[in-house]
Amino acid sequence: MITTDIIIIGAGPTGLFAVFEAGLLKLKCHLIDALPQPGGQCSELYPKKPIYDIPAYPEILAGDLTEKLLEQCKQFEPGFTLGERAETIDKQEDGSFIVTTNKGTQHKAPVVAIAGGLGSFEPRKPLIDNIVDFEDKGVEYMIKEPEMYRGKDVVIAGGGDSALDWSIFLADVAKSVTLVHRRNEFRGHLDSVEKVQELKNLGRINLITPAEITAINGNSKLESVEITKKDEKPFILETNHFIPLFGLSPKLGPIANWGLEIEKNAIKVNNALDYQTNIPGIFAIGDVNTYPGKLKLILCGFHEATLMCQAAYKIINPGKRYVLKYTTVSGVDGFDGTRKEAPKAVVKAFE
Amino acid sequence: MLILPDLSQDIHITITDRAGETHKVEAPTDMAMNLMEVIRSYELAPEGTIGVCGGMAMCASCQCYVKSNHELPEMQDDEEAMLSEAFYVKDNSRLGCQIRMTPDLEGLEVEIAPES
Repeated sequence: MITTDIIIIGAGPTGLFAVFEAGLLKLKCHLIDALPQPGGQCSELYPKKPIYDIPAYPEILAGDLTEKLLEQCKQFEPGFTLGERAETIDKQEDGSFIVTTNKGTQHKAPVVAIAGGLGSFEPRKPLIDNIVDFEDKGVEYMIKEPEMYRGKDVVIAGGGDSALDWSIFLADVAKSVTLVHRRNEFRGHLDSVEKVQELKNLGRINLITPAEITAINGNSKLESVEITKKDEKPFILETNHFIPLFGLSPKLGPIANWGLEIEKNAIKVNNALDYQTNIPGIFAIGDVNTYPGKLKLILCGFHEATLMCQAAYKIINPGKRYVLKYTTVSGVDGFDGTRKEAPKAVVKAFE
Repeated sequence: MLILPDLSQDIHITITDRAGETHKVEAPTDMAMNLMEVIRSYELAPEGTIGVCGGMAMCASCQCYVKSNHELPEMQDDEEAMLSEAFYVKDNSRLGCQIRMTPDLEGLEVEIAPES
């Protein structure tokens, strides 16, 4: 069991800044995110794209913003549970919460801050009726253990970097690799496209375009897929695995079933005070919340995170005095023993 | 002297939502708005089901079928690539976020594609 002061669900910009603000109040944080790396949308969707409305940064790349936020909160030693999705929340008799992930990792804290953005990123599934019946029985939406494809026939669908990169990688591992895409053009790094072309010429990748997987067949596990080339009759290809790689899309997911008030796919909060939800002790900050006048902006998430931490302090330290301090005046004492402070003014008399 | 606001720049577009209901709406052409944003501003699709990526042609949640014969801005590589990976795509599919509201789109008719 991981114990902390604040469990933060979502390691995007809002969640990461909350770690810093909590640290100033001597509160420890642990972040849970379904993605394998911190940064949320900023690192998953558009790391190389610029953002122009972060105060004091005329322009900053989304990936760089994530780096800066990680650097800023590093001294407060946040814990991370990455690549796992927060699944359930259970309120304990002592008022604390236990958050359990889809992999069974348990976290306990008196305060939970949901900074889940648009939700957790889930693979986009192709529109094939019986596809769910074959999930983990030959159909995988992401490749976790490449070794399981050794000596197997594999069909990959998709036209982006992940489809290209995995086709290249598995060409060395699998018995056969068939790459199916709806168009003749692929959207990926030039090197990857060229490499696939080269492997195709060598007969190591079976490239079928423009085409789609239109059906999948098997008994207890996947046995074949039906491929339809544009303006041609469908044909059957025997295969052990079918890996559709059509990107990820965010879904609110299990959080929607936690008894929180939901409106417009977002969690309703008290914006007059502290961004607390209808369940005391559970807050929602950043893009995941809604209130009258809500704007889904990173800078608004920063503000909400700051106010949430003040309220969390009161829950965790009932009745304990506190006044807001300015970092320029007080400096920053990290949990790792580091101290940052403004240099002292030099007092020297003229001779 | 009373100066009336100039509304001549607003265009009229017809949008069929995902439930099949048709809405006639007005859209300004001087606010750099795109079709996805117009749909959101009239709340014709629930928040969180449209414009998920914010308008970067990276999610296809604003896919629309264009039903009128307007000449639309040419498709850029990123839109074409996104549509090639999206679902429910037809020949008249476009991403709403890539269609900017301009006066020559007066009378545009579109239908919002199913959520996927």
